[in-house]
Amino acid sequence: MQEFAASLALAAHLVSAGDARLAGIVSLSLGVSLGATLLACALGMPLGAWLAIGRFPGRHTLIVAFNALMGLPSVVAGLFLYLLLSRAGPLGGLGLLFTPTAIVIAQTFLIAPLIVALTRQLIEDAWQEYREQLRSLGARRTRAVATLLWDGRFSLSIVGLAGFGRAIAEVGAVMIVGGNIDGVTRVMTTTIALETSKGDLPLALALSLILIALVMGVNLFAALLRAWAARRWG
Amino acid sequence: MQVLDRLRRAILLAALSLFAVAGAAAGERFITVASTTSTEQSGLFDYLLPKFTQASGIKVRVVALGTGQALDLARRGDADVVFVHDQAAEEKFVAAGDGLRRQPVMYNDFILVGPKDDPAQAAGQDIAEGLRRIAAARAPFVSRGDKSGTHAAELRYWQAAGIDLDAIKGPWYRDTGSGMGAALNTAAALDAYLLADRGTWLNFRNRGKLSILIAGDRRLFNQYGVILVNPARHPEVKAADGQRFIDWLVAAAGQQAIAAYRIGGESVFFPNAAE
Repeated sequence: MQEFAASLALAAHLVSAGDARLAGIVSLSLGVSLGATLLACALGMPLGAWLAIGRFPGRHTLIVAFNALMGLPSVVAGLFLYLLLSRAGPLGGLGLLFTPTAIVIAQTFLIAPLIVALTRQLIEDAWQEYREQLRSLGARRTRAVATLLWDGRFSLSIVGLAGFGRAIAEVGAVMIVGGNIDGVTRVMTTTIALETSKGDLPLALALSLILIALVMGVNLFAALLRAWAARRWG
Repeated sequence: MQVLDRLRRAILLAALSLFAVAGAAAGERFITVASTTSTEQSGLFDYLLPKFTQASGIKVRVVALGTGQALDLARRGDADVVFVHDQAAEEKFVAAGDGLRRQPVMYNDFILVGPKDDPAQAAGQDIAEGLRRIAAARAPFVSRGDKSGTHAAELRYWQAAGIDLDAIKGPWYRDTGSGMGAALNTAAALDAYLLADRGTWLNFRNRGKLSILIAGDRRLFNQYGVILVNPARHPEVKAADGQRFIDWLVAAAGQQAIAAYRIGGESVFFPNAAE
């Protein structure tokens, strides 16, 4: 327990000292993970809703596939994307390997199935409830998808937070496609892994505490935003 | 269609944020160096690279991996320069046309680390004899097992000890498949023996009961070399800037900087480009 207290003090010191390097790492972590979450939501939520109310051959297979991909190991995703983005790979010409963009792509790739699967379930439940109503209004499918997504926005915010949680906690894929390059692609999780490797466990634990505080901060902000939005549009 | 507009706006916002992140890192003059966990985890690069950047205006982006993995990465054209420590593998890399010339930069030494009370009585100055005693006692031994330079060296020493590892491997020999630091953490937790490079050891904080048991055997010599990835094979390689980094490393400025890097007053790497 003594170690924990020492790390807590170190974490407080790091934050209060306003260390520029730490600030850079924290803002990169937040930036890429929020970017990936937005991107995955923009792609995954409409797709999930379409899976919920669409009726076409292969739908059940797709649903099972997305549910299964929620458990995709991140090193597998990392390896796959590395082979794609490597100079010798099909997308090598884009020069994206070892850039923050590569991290955003990897995180999007990892959390999109989660967002599709959870959205699909939420919208399917809502569709059961409002199907008759929407039909009687003569709404077309695209319109119905948009309406259901908008009406379910408060429930869907938890889907976004789940995605963000997995994105910012991610280390395996980020290490492979980002390369943990100091000042370029070094994020919170890869820094923690590096300091653990150096045997500097107090610093690694202090950084972990900062990461946890950060995730809590984002969730708190989302909760406040949700409460404010509910008052306004509720 | 207000709802669809909102969705469209959200998608646009997401796309914009992606480009903002991508743009932040662009427009900088840099080279990518594939190197080893030992050079990074010893803290050498933190000390050395800012000096080169100051002299040249070129930033150095280091991807730290085991030597085998670093060479693989370079073979695919994902790095401009490799800076590693497994002479046999490096020469193979150059012979296959993946790299241009291999130049020696610096050396340090491997050390055998183990629990202070040394149950296998391995301590001394003879690495082969030490390993024989560890194997005879079946004392816990942690291996990197990741095709790194240190792993390649470890396998050479088992061979020098006349021990057929495959024949006597048992639960006492733990193949961890991990980097130097992670392997040290494992050994500290298990009170096990392991082969480490001195640089990482000096910078390593979580030592537990471990201490240096064997050092100074001439066979424990650990040479680092630097190679420019062949631009004829990978046209994207930044040959001019990469060569400039290599030239700086082997010239007086780089060599003096390497010699000046110390941890707790102790030299970590010894420049030997001229030899």
